[in-house]
Order: sequence, then structure tokens, then C-alpha cells
Amino acid sequence: MTKIPTSYLMNRAFTLVLTVFIAATLIWIIPRLSPVDPAEIMLSRMAAGGGAVANSDQILAQLQENFGLNDPLIVQYFKYLLNVVTLDFGLSTANFPTPVSELIGQALPWTLGLMILSLIITFIIGNLLGALMVWEHTPKLWKVAIPAAMVFTSIPPILSALLLMWIFSANLGWFPLTGSYGLLVEPGWSWDFIVSVLHHGFLPALSIVVVTFGFWALGMRGLMITVQGEDYTTLAKAKGLKNRYILYRYMIRNAILPQITAFALKIGLLIAGQVLVERIFAYNGMGKLLYDAILNQDFPVIQGVSYVIILMTALSVFVVDLIYPLIDPRIRHEGS
Amino acid sequence: MTDQQSQAHAGEAQTAQADMSGVTEKQMRRMRRFDNPWRNPKLMWGVGILLGIVAMGILGRIFWDPDLVFVGSAMPRQAPYGFENLRGQEGLLAHPLGTDGSGRDMLAAIIIGAPNSLFVGLLASLVGMSVGIVLGFTAGFVRGRTDDVIRVLSDVMITIPPLLILVVFQAAYGDVTLTMMALLIACFVWQSPTRLIRAQVLSMRESGYVQMARLSGASTSHIMFREMLPNLVPYLFGSFIANVTTSIVTAVGLEVLGLGPQRIPTLGRTIYEAINAGALIQNLWWWWGLPTLLLAVMFIGLLLINLGLDEVSNPRLRKL
Repeated sequence: MTKIPTSYLMNRAFTLVLTVFIAATLIWIIPRLSPVDPAEIMLSRMAAGGGAVANSDQILAQLQENFGLNDPLIVQYFKYLLNVVTLDFGLSTANFPTPVSELIGQALPWTLGLMILSLIITFIIGNLLGALMVWEHTPKLWKVAIPAAMVFTSIPPILSALLLMWIFSANLGWFPLTGSYGLLVEPGWSWDFIVSVLHHGFLPALSIVVVTFGFWALGMRGLMITVQGEDYTTLAKAKGLKNRYILYRYMIRNAILPQITAFALKIGLLIAGQVLVERIFAYNGMGKLLYDAILNQDFPVIQGVSYVIILMTALSVFVVDLIYPLIDPRIRHEGS
Repeated sequence: MTDQQSQAHAGEAQTAQADMSGVTEKQMRRMRRFDNPWRNPKLMWGVGILLGIVAMGILGRIFWDPDLVFVGSAMPRQAPYGFENLRGQEGLLAHPLGTDGSGRDMLAAIIIGAPNSLFVGLLASLVGMSVGIVLGFTAGFVRGRTDDVIRVLSDVMITIPPLLILVVFQAAYGDVTLTMMALLIACFVWQSPTRLIRAQVLSMRESGYVQMARLSGASTSHIMFREMLPNLVPYLFGSFIANVTTSIVTAVGLEVLGLGPQRIPTLGRTIYEAINAGALIQNLWWWWGLPTLLLAVMFIGLLLINLGLDEVSNPRLRKL
């Protein structure tokens, strides 16, 4: 394995820190510019729940004190940055007094699981189909079918989610409509639970796969066309290697590398799309948490979820950047 | 036929015909047609679909009553003409595409909503593109510190999903106008044109014709806009369309989460209301299905344009 130069590592790490810092700052500044006061929202919720609230002025003052709204802005900002580093976003106002980090901790494994599963499936299917689109030995039928299937891949995952849900859950009843596991199943490492999770997760994953594989397939097609004309492919053919062997070991292997960088650029959009799919299926992940928080104007949760998802995105980009030179030794990392 | 005034274009086709005697007349016609890469069938279809949506918005306002988009203009949950709803009531011709849960006419909702989505996408992408052109050229030409700042900033911003920042924004501010939403989205779609143009400018700087222009004493703005920009056009269009798609996806995403403009009918908001009212379980397919279908058609149109532009800028993808 090649060793990653320190300058490259530092450069990537700097980008990572800067990304997270800018995102955190934006998330902090935006609500500060707004006329809405989180403490007032909470008080109005209390008022809505229990009629008139006695001593509302004092409660408001106390809440503002608790939220740290009386400090000078700059102090608030640095306190916030410190909290963000430790993933502490305070208490949820809708589920008072549950800490936001606890809510996110419950939702995150579901989102990560669904995301990793659907990403791996799409990456494999998409790249394979993209390669087959160009490969000269692909059966005729496939050459017609693949571009036709690509049409669906232009639509965002929310639309495919709605369609699949209508067909398979609402009409056929093959899959459950909502949730990430059955209401009657006890969470744990039991057989019933795992089956239930897979049963609930199938449609959300499918709706992401159906519409995202085309991105990889299109990229792969362009790269394969380039690889097809390379000398080493001609040499492999001249050597009389099996067609299949040439496809996997010579063509795809070379074409797949830039696809991995494309992945780094796309991941943010993929995650955002998945958030919406989770909202439609009421999947117990970050998407549902975010949607519920928006409904309840639960500001700390909205901030926390946005921040954690951006952090996830930035971290994945960082990891891809680090892995890339390891798999492609031709890359020299000097400067940027 | 050897008229000197005939276009050089046609002249080339003539010589080609002379060389390839075995080519049939039909193939010849196709070759001539595809000579101009911009007359690409995929591109034409894509543009046609988008123009169709715009035309629907304009003609719809003339031939159909846009006021039917208001809540309570009809009996709620009527099926489209020729279908029955769950209560067994047949759809009426007065509302050919049915009505939603609060008595809006679906046809009117689509006529008003679909061009709105397209408008947000185009405006956001246009603003993002303009910023991208300026920043990309600046970075490529000025180099040094300015270049570093622009490069790092676009690298950083490209990893931040716009949806999540916009969710925070809209949750804090509440209602926004359509234009405001487009401008907010534009803050997140300038990065990829910037990167693209910067990379192209850096490679074009060293190319022969730019050197030539510089030696001839051309001004920087002449080199930028008269020498370099025309060569970037296919890439710019490709990037523009990709950004239109991203912007519409982001806008629809916000609307489906219940954010975005609250008082203007949009396709995303119609879907949001349908999901909230349980339209999926109650089999009110026209309520969520029609906006979904229309958005899907819009995205397919954008995809076709993108594929067509790919073929325009990369001749290896073209087939005769």
C-alpha cells in the first residue's frame, strides 16, 4: 500500500473542518436573523396545552436564560461551537426534556443502515449496467432495455417512493405502509425482528435504488467509451483473453476509479433524497425526526439533524478522498 | 449544384456524398441532418417536453379558470372524469382531473403549479450559473490567493446538501415567496459551474488560439467572452440543466416537507397535502399521482436535454 503524504492528508482534513465549520455557522446564524424566539415558541406550546400560563414573563425569562439567549452574541456563538463539537444540541422543545443528541442517536442507525445498503446495491447495479451499455458483447435485448430503464432514473426518489408505496403497500398490501419495524415485534436480535426490519426496509431501499442507479450507469458509460479505445484493451483482445475477463479485469477496473470521486460529489444529494424517502415511508430515521421537528417547530432538533447529516456527508467525502489514492496508485497527491 | 454562394456546410455534404457512393439516400439525409450537432433528437424531445409544460401553463390560464385553484371551489375528493371515488360518485366533466381534499380543482392546480416548479428551477440555476461564470473566470484568470479562496469555497460548499440548510432557513422564517425560494436555492448551485469553468479556463489558457489572441493584443475581456466562452457553451448548458434538475429536486423536497411557499400552489405542496391527508391509503390517486406524474415528465425532459447535450459536446457518444 502506498503511503498518503501528510500534505494531502492535511489538505483534506482542512477541507473537512472548514465544511463542518461553515455548515455549523450557517445553521447558527440563520435562526438568529429570524424574528422568531425559540423560548416564545415553547411558551406558546405550553399555553396551547394548558390554557393560560401563570407567571409567563418569569418562565420566558428563565427559558431564555436556559437557552443562553441573554449572553452577548459572540459568547453564544462560541458556546454553540463548543457544544457542536461534542454533538450537544441542547434539549428538544417538543419532547422536553429529552436531549436532541439522544433523539438523533435513536434515528441515526436506521438512516445509516438504509443508506449503506441502498448505496452498495446501486453502485454495483449502476456500474455494471453502465458497462454493459458500452460493451460490444452485450446481448441485443440488454442494449435496448438498459437505456429504457434509465428514463426512470431522472426522477427524484420521493416520486418513486410514492409510486412504489401506492402499488405495493396501499394496493397489493405486500409491504407495510409505515415504520421501520412491526409494532408487535420486540426490538432485539431475534429472527422475527430482523425479518420485520427487512420487510419494512425493502420498499424505501428499492425506491432509492430504482432512481439512483442511472447516475452511476451514465457516468460508467462515458468512462467505458474512453477505456474501450485504450491500448491495453486492444492488447488484451490481441492476447486472446476471454471477453468476460477483459470486461471485468481490464475495462471496468480502470473505468470504475473516477466513479468513486463522482460518488464524493453526489453523496450530499443522495442523503438529502433519502431524508425525503424516510419521511414518506415514516421510516424511523433522520428524515422522520426532521419532519416531526419541522411540524412542531422544534428548533434544536432541526439544527441537530441538519448538522449531523452535513457532518455525515463531509466525513464520507473525507473518507473517499483518503481511500482514493490507495486504490489508484497513479494518482499523485501534490498540493490539491 | 456547385453554386459558389451555397453554404460551406452544404458543400461539405456534397463532397461526402461523392466519396461515399455506397451510402443510401436515406442514410445520407440522416448524415446531413446530424451534421449540425445541436439538432439532436434527444435534445429536441427534451426541450419539447419542457416547452409543452410552459405552454400548458399559458394556455391553461386562458382556457381554464385559474380561480378554481382556491380552496372550496368544488366538492372535495371527486374522481377524475370517467372514474369513481370511494363513495362511488362518478367524476364530473366540470372537474376533469378530479378535486383534492379541500375542494381545489386538480387541473387548475397543475396549470398553476407546474410552471411554478419549472420557474424556480430555471431562475435558481440561472443565478447560480451567472455567479459560477464570474467566479470561474476570476479564479482561472486572476490565480493566486483569489483562486485559492474560490477553489476551497466551492469545494466546501459542494458537499453541503442545500436541502438541509434551507430547511433550517425556512423553519426559522416561515413563509417565503417563489422568487425568494429560487434565490435561496441559487446560493447552493453555483459551485459546480464554478469548478467546471475554472478547470476549463486553466486548460484553455495554454491553448494555441488563446495564446494567439493574446499575442495579437486582445483585451482580457475579449479573450474571456469572445475566445473562451463560445467553446464552453455545451458544458455550460449541460451544467445549467443539471442545476435546474437539482434546484427543482430541492424545491420539491422542501415543499414535500411542508416548507416552501405556503400560499402559492406548487406541485410539491400538493403532494405534501395529499400525503398528510392519507390520500395513498384512501386510493385518491389523482391527488398525489398527477403532480407526481407531471414532475416525472419534467425530470425526464431535463434528462433528455442532458443526454442530448452530452452527445453535442462528446461526439464519441453520437451514433449515425
